Amino acid sequence: MSTVGEAATTTAGTANGAITGTTTGTRRLGGRWLGVLALLVIALVLPFLLSGYRIFQLTQITVYAVAILGLNLLTGFSGQISLGNGAFSAVGAYASSILMIKLGLPYWATPPLAGALCFVAGYLFGHPAARLEGLYLALATFALSIVMPQVLKLDTLEPWTGGTQGVYVTKPVSLLPELISDDQWLYFFCLAVAIVMFVVAWNIVRGRTGRALVALRDHPIGAGAMGIDTVSYKSVAFGVSAMYTGIAGSLGALVAGFISPDSFTYLLSIQFLVGGVVGGIASIFGTLVGAVFIELVPDLANKISESAPWAIYGVLLIVCMMMMPWGAAGLVHSARAWLARRSTRRTRS
Amino acid sequence: MSKRNWVVVASVFTSACFGFAALTGAVLATGCEKKKPDGSSSGMAGAGDKGPAMPGITATEIKIGQTMPYSGPASAYGAIGTTEKAYFQMINDKGGINGRKITLMSLDDSYQPPKTVEQTRKLVENEGVAFVFGSVGTACNTAVQKYLNEKKVPQLFVATGADKWADPEHFPWTIGWQPSYRTEARIYARYLLKEKPAAKVCVLYQNDDLGKDYIAGLKDIFGDQYDKMVLEKASYEATDPTVDSQVMTLQAKGCDTLITAAIPKFGAQVIRKVFDTGWKPLHIMSNVAVSITAGLKPAGLDKSVGIITGGYLKDPNDPNMANDPGIKDYRAFMKQYEASLPGIDPGDTNALYAYGVSMTLVNVLTKCGNDLSRENIMKQAASLSKFVVPVAIQGTELTTSATDFRVFSQLQLSRFNGTNFEPFGDVLSAD
Repeated sequence: MSTVGEAATTTAGTANGAITGTTTGTRRLGGRWLGVLALLVIALVLPFLLSGYRIFQLTQITVYAVAILGLNLLTGFSGQISLGNGAFSAVGAYASSILMIKLGLPYWATPPLAGALCFVAGYLFGHPAARLEGLYLALATFALSIVMPQVLKLDTLEPWTGGTQGVYVTKPVSLLPELISDDQWLYFFCLAVAIVMFVVAWNIVRGRTGRALVALRDHPIGAGAMGIDTVSYKSVAFGVSAMYTGIAGSLGALVAGFISPDSFTYLLSIQFLVGGVVGGIASIFGTLVGAVFIELVPDLANKISESAPWAIYGVLLIVCMMMMPWGAAGLVHSARAWLARRSTRRTRS
Repeated sequence: MSKRNWVVVASVFTSACFGFAALTGAVLATGCEKKKPDGSSSGMAGAGDKGPAMPGITATEIKIGQTMPYSGPASAYGAIGTTEKAYFQMINDKGGINGRKITLMSLDDSYQPPKTVEQTRKLVENEGVAFVFGSVGTACNTAVQKYLNEKKVPQLFVATGADKWADPEHFPWTIGWQPSYRTEARIYARYLLKEKPAAKVCVLYQNDDLGKDYIAGLKDIFGDQYDKMVLEKASYEATDPTVDSQVMTLQAKGCDTLITAAIPKFGAQVIRKVFDTGWKPLHIMSNVAVSITAGLKPAGLDKSVGIITGGYLKDPNDPNMANDPGIKDYRAFMKQYEASLPGIDPGDTNALYAYGVSMTLVNVLTKCGNDLSRENIMKQAASLSKFVVPVAIQGTELTTSATDFRVFSQLQLSRFNGTNFEPFGDVLSAD
């Protein structure tokens, strides 16, 4: 891995610009692998310690993580704000339900196809939208997520979408019922997909495309001058983001076992944004923290106060943002930078 | 310590942080769940009876759950959950049901079906509730219907007007409460066949499950005469700005009867437009649209005179009802538990609805006696016998059977006289 690539990731990852710069890529990588390994172990062991409902929540977290990852690639790395990713999630969910019900495809075959469809949809939306910036883009994408539930209710589409009544999606059944319950099976399936998606994201960000996207975010004119095709890169970013969200939608349909237009209101897009910002909008592993936040904190808020859970949620969100303005990932990077500074001082003295 | 080691320490710290995040989740998760997987162990009959397993039941408690849209687009319905909790508070204050107090866990699902699935699984698998009661929303209830039926957990008295809840053959663990839109439409069709067999009918309907159930109900009763009687139908989307053009189209067809299946906002528009164009059809309007505060007042009470609708609950705003025993009790309850009912007006039909449906549940649980197994609860819900809800229209009785899960299937027609709805004729049945 080249040092340039590493530097680009660090810039992207820290967002606040706190670059440690004291280490070489390979050594850092060793530590990171340890972390990834630890996470993997946790992810593999947890489902055997938890009850069915908690596994269900864990599965939801995995699915949210993929969706938030899609948003982070777009908003964190290429700097385009999207409040419309919930709509792509709907496209993914409905695409996979139609593939399963109308074409009889097995459940495991549908996420890639739904993802591919969403990539095309996202690319086509991103192309004209690439001219819009900042708030204007946010509004345009918000329109997308407002329109989506109504499109799903259209009479002409009803044979496929089930209209307002929604459609049942058959839940996957465990192939090893004695060893793994259906809930665990579904979790491991979603986990496997999520791991693939994370590896892909990791590679996108560290490669040529990732550098181009970060350049676009930090200095669009400069990036253009350097020969980066802004419109095409922005559209690709939209496509990739839509693909991630679409795959998450397709997994989400399997998890819930039912989809309807009410499942994909604009609130979903806003949830994704909250998760992205809490975890650290330009971070890959921060998405996990974001996903844990949007899945568990509303529940926690409900436990603290039954009469005003959303007020509690708001307070928790504000506290989070004040304590870690760059999200969980930003906090980790600051801590790391602080440790590194201390170690340099020590070695000097 | 070398620089390198520090870096490793830092990295381990990073991973520890993420691990911590995951673990927090796990701890949050396990913290409150050590007990009852699926309620099976905890819920053995109260005083050590050797009866069947009774999840959610102890000697002193009946634990039940529901999902409610306390937030999100349908949060107005949140009043239902709040009122139900207050109602069970009243029952508990009076000593509960056979010595058991009712605990209602009412969880927010923001009207989002995936959230309903999650919260319902939480209620059933973690909290070990006996059954689910009165969850709101057609899509939300549909999302958990299969799950609850597979688990054999009663899904009692769901709060939606869709027609599909009375399907004991496929979903023996699900039962509705209010008359379905289809039942309502059937009653209007019956009325027309009897009173105005030569009617030239136009239908204006909302293009969703509400409107479509109406059309189905009319077809049920008109049968092969449907095409002859219904000259034209027009639909609108709940998101349309106005329905003026639809009203004009229908008027041009020369109908003398208009059936409007709408929600209050559009009900008001139709009333105004029909009046302004000088069209004077016999106007039958869906029960949900004729709220005096939300539908008729905005249109103009004078323009609303003559509108016919079918109701199943008494009108708490009707001055003639001031001395009705049912409504008096209801108002007394709303007054006494005011503190638990923040911002809920006794005139709110959602509160009246909650009062009536809770009363039905208490009747079912009382009938269960000491056998509060899920099987018996479902059995009792499906064998109501001429139960009278005091806030329902005089003369309506609730009767269900193993093959008929329609709880309310009777309506009283009433006509608007400029100030309130005046009942006329007998209580009509859909069959």
